[in-house]
Amino acid sequence: MATRTKREKPAAAPESPRAQRFVYAPAPESADHVRRLERYDLFVDGKFRPASSGKRFATVNPATEETLAEVAEAGAKDVELAVQSARKAYEKTWSKLSGAERGRYLFRIARLIQEQSRELAILETQDGGKPIVESRDVDLPLVAAHFFYYAGWADKLEHAFPGRRVRSLGVAAQVIPWNFPLLMAAWKIAPALAAGNTVVLKPAETTPLTALHLARICQEAELPPGVVNVLPGAGETGAALVAHKDVNKVAFTGSTEVGKQIQRAIAGSSKRLTLELGGKAANILLEDAPLDQAIEGIVNGIYFNQGHVCCAGSRLLVHESILEEVQRRLERRVKTLRVGDPLDKNTDIGAINSKPQLEKIRALVQSGVDEGAVLHQPACELPRAGYWHPPAFFSGVTTSHRIAQEEIFGPVLAILSFRTEAEAIAKANNTTYGLSAGIWTRKGSKVFEMASKLRAGVVWANTYNRFDPASPFGGMKESGFGREGGLHGLAPYVEVLS
Amino acid sequence: MNLATKGAREIVASAPHVDTVGAVERATALTKRSIKKESKRWALELALSMVDLTTLEGMDTPGKVRSLCAKARRPWEGGPAVPAVAAVCVYPSMVPVAVEALRGSSIKVASVATAFPSGKSPLALRLDEVRWCVEHGAHEIDMVIDRGAFLAGEYALVFDEIAAIKEACGPAHLKVILETGELQTYDRVRQASELAMHAGGDFIKTSTGKVPSAATLPVTLVMLEAIRDFHDATGKLIGMKPAGGIRSAKQAIQYLVLVNETLGERWLDPDLFRLGASSLVNDILRQLAKERSGRYASLDDFPID
Amino acid sequence: MSAPLRVWKTWKLFVNGQFPRSESGRYDVVKDASGATVANVCRASRKDLRDAVEAARAAFPGWAARSAMNRGQILYRIAEMLDGRRAELAALLGKGGEREVDAAVERWIHYAGWTDKYQALLGTVNPVAGPWFNFSMAEPSGVAVAFAPEDSPLLALTSLVAPLIAGANTCIAILSESAPLPGLLFGEVLATSDVPAGVLNLLSGRRAEILPHAAGHRDVNTLLVASPTAAEAKLAQEEGAGNVKRVHCIAAPSGGWSAPEAQGLAWIERGQEIKTVWHTMQL
Repeated sequence: MATRTKREKPAAAPESPRAQRFVYAPAPESADHVRRLERYDLFVDGKFRPASSGKRFATVNPATEETLAEVAEAGAKDVELAVQSARKAYEKTWSKLSGAERGRYLFRIARLIQEQSRELAILETQDGGKPIVESRDVDLPLVAAHFFYYAGWADKLEHAFPGRRVRSLGVAAQVIPWNFPLLMAAWKIAPALAAGNTVVLKPAETTPLTALHLARICQEAELPPGVVNVLPGAGETGAALVAHKDVNKVAFTGSTEVGKQIQRAIAGSSKRLTLELGGKAANILLEDAPLDQAIEGIVNGIYFNQGHVCCAGSRLLVHESILEEVQRRLERRVKTLRVGDPLDKNTDIGAINSKPQLEKIRALVQSGVDEGAVLHQPACELPRAGYWHPPAFFSGVTTSHRIAQEEIFGPVLAILSFRTEAEAIAKANNTTYGLSAGIWTRKGSKVFEMASKLRAGVVWANTYNRFDPASPFGGMKESGFGREGGLHGLAPYVEVLS
Repeated sequence: MNLATKGAREIVASAPHVDTVGAVERATALTKRSIKKESKRWALELALSMVDLTTLEGMDTPGKVRSLCAKARRPWEGGPAVPAVAAVCVYPSMVPVAVEALRGSSIKVASVATAFPSGKSPLALRLDEVRWCVEHGAHEIDMVIDRGAFLAGEYALVFDEIAAIKEACGPAHLKVILETGELQTYDRVRQASELAMHAGGDFIKTSTGKVPSAATLPVTLVMLEAIRDFHDATGKLIGMKPAGGIRSAKQAIQYLVLVNETLGERWLDPDLFRLGASSLVNDILRQLAKERSGRYASLDDFPID
Repeated sequence: MSAPLRVWKTWKLFVNGQFPRSESGRYDVVKDASGATVANVCRASRKDLRDAVEAARAAFPGWAARSAMNRGQILYRIAEMLDGRRAELAALLGKGGEREVDAAVERWIHYAGWTDKYQALLGTVNPVAGPWFNFSMAEPSGVAVAFAPEDSPLLALTSLVAPLIAGANTCIAILSESAPLPGLLFGEVLATSDVPAGVLNLLSGRRAEILPHAAGHRDVNTLLVASPTAAEAKLAQEEGAGNVKRVHCIAAPSGGWSAPEAQGLAWIERGQEIKTVWHTMQL
């Protein structure tokens, strides 16, 4: 191990008159009632069907490395069929329905999601590795809320664009990532359908299950066939979908690298594009920050969902006067984080989504050590099987370190310091990304001034990583363009005629 | 800076600020800890041993207090052995009765001296009240701060009164009741906590139970954080007592989780953490019965006091 | 007595509030219908573009920090100064020139009135489910490059750049290749109308030469290409992807550049980002 690495030995329990320790017994969420299938098919034209090629791929539980299911892998022919079915549904049914009727379907879907939310939460945790308390209490309520929110917009589009005539675009090709599989599906599908489009959705290769259960919910809701199609697959499937000539709209959430490829791939076409890409957000602590809450905000900012969050507060900018204290408090707090079985209700940090992602995180952590930053991570016992990374943070980071510039997409924080607010803003903006930022101070006037100077699409003041269907989300600069959520989330799915 | 030399105003001014939303979020997140099986039984028994079994009614009688003391000694009469509670908390006039009834046990007698619950009587009378209680055998004094003075910014007055009462306590332990429901904001709760600890309180306590808003998890969290930081700065161990509104075993366990995650196991000790409650005891017993038998119990399975 | 020898004006670029020659030293000769030389026009190079982007970037924070009211007054001042050069511009524009100048004046006035209003229409207060005050507001994307079409050299130029700078962006416009003079004269209007240096920069030159560099420039946030060919549209997106540029290929409005649909809120929106701010809300 590198000499400058600071790994904690498990601290001896402080002497308590009572001998026994307060050890939380395992509290696993029961997965018995989850209707998980052994095999999943594509969802095209309202029906589940195998891939034309007959190909399947395994989706794995990253906490155990066990195969959860074999999933049909969509190829070019399936893309063709799905786009055709979406086109047919758009022309024949969906664009002919009134907004109120479209809204009714979306309300139905929202209700069915609520009813099946526990099952969906467990599946999400099994397929993706996120703690059950997050999938149960964050992802799923937001998924249902998103459908409810946009259901209500379907018959009010004339109010969303007052004084202007708008119409739906047609067929939307939507490609989503593995960090919030079902939530991203909701962010994509709900506004598209509300505005009158039909969709072909490609879930991520490592997390296809909940999107396919959502497809089943669409079936149960009697959504007209072809309005929603789901094509599991890898990058090739997504590329074929995005490139299909009969697609009118492309919406992508994922890495900046792939986002740029998509922007290039559709160049010269009339396809509309929205991109929600990577980030390297600054979470800024001023010297008058409410420290206890700020520490929680830091933890929530970088360790929420194992740091697999595009808007994660991965760069902590701390005023020099409180730097040592913040590091000391953070060190203590991080020791209380519980890493382990994502299905355990006491787990704070679950499994890393995939082996390649774990390797990427490890490589970047090593680069931090090699470049001279000091690694702090608590000694925690990690399960043998599965992909795990302890919560970590680096002190002594400078802006030139790779860990201060590159998106790690894991539970690893880089701490930098600053002397003045202007310097904090300059450092925060010193990135090609521009997705989000955090500010911690008790002074409202500073919040508003700094918020206006930070080049980021979302700014959280005295909080972090909050989401709501009514709140627009999306990036500036190389973090993408277009907004999801709120009134602004409708605009990418309509054409303004006049 | 040497904390001991800080003036009252300085203590208040240098208290960290609290963002209410964040404090509530953190406390709420900790309620999601799932405590089961062995941990649950252990936690329930620990909680029981931390109860300040309380009666503070105008209609209290020696008979009522004796009955409560019997409950304090053997919470589950006729059931399996469980720990006794930590203390019995009564009005000053009931102190001799409680002392007599608890003789020979390790259970402490606590009294709410100092013109409880308002504290609005001359300091000299409150000091006399405290001395009287201690002379009659009270081990612990639960004082109230002058919230009016605190809200009016008379921090030195509040500080000096706490210090005077601490002196009057002699060997008795002093719990300082902030009456958080009247302070209303977490910023003020944090400031009052700092003041109480610096002035010599051995415990800080949320509430009298006589105003609508009593102990809550977030307010307790804010006070625990104050205790943690005070310990970091001075090495002194200050105790914490949420009181009022804690009725269920589930709530009690949530408080223990809060203590465990904020201050660590050192504070999971009746010398450093108390729960001011009355009906809580029977709900804990009910849950213990369920843990033992696997069947849900009725409240009628346990004597009411 | 013979007529005095005519002075041939050299039309220079308008960058950072000044009139530099192209650093390349290149120029094009503009001739009238009879083939007589009218003027020499600088042919901007990629380095002139680079300099203009530097100027626009430097001007951006100051321009964005001005009050909306102040930006509106400056835009109105442009309209006033433009109106004062009406005859001269009309002559350069040729047939229908007066109408075009009038329409351009009208458009600057239109956007002068927008500066302190679009925020109220593009911004929202969002009723999130929790103790947060949450609002979204429009913010300028930053530095924009706009390629004007060949036709309507003054009005189309105005239609592209006025909404960008009304929305607090700074801008570089590449003028009509075949008719750069009205745009260059417009630079003289700008120079005398309180527009801070670098806010709006004008380059004459060849679209084919400048477009790849503008699209590929990593410090350009927004790219507008009016009436692009299919190849230009493709190039703009492909090269623009390098920094996830906001690329807008704009077809000529069906009713012409004087039509109502060639102006309005949607044109301002192209240069805006939506920022959402959350703040905790509790005592």
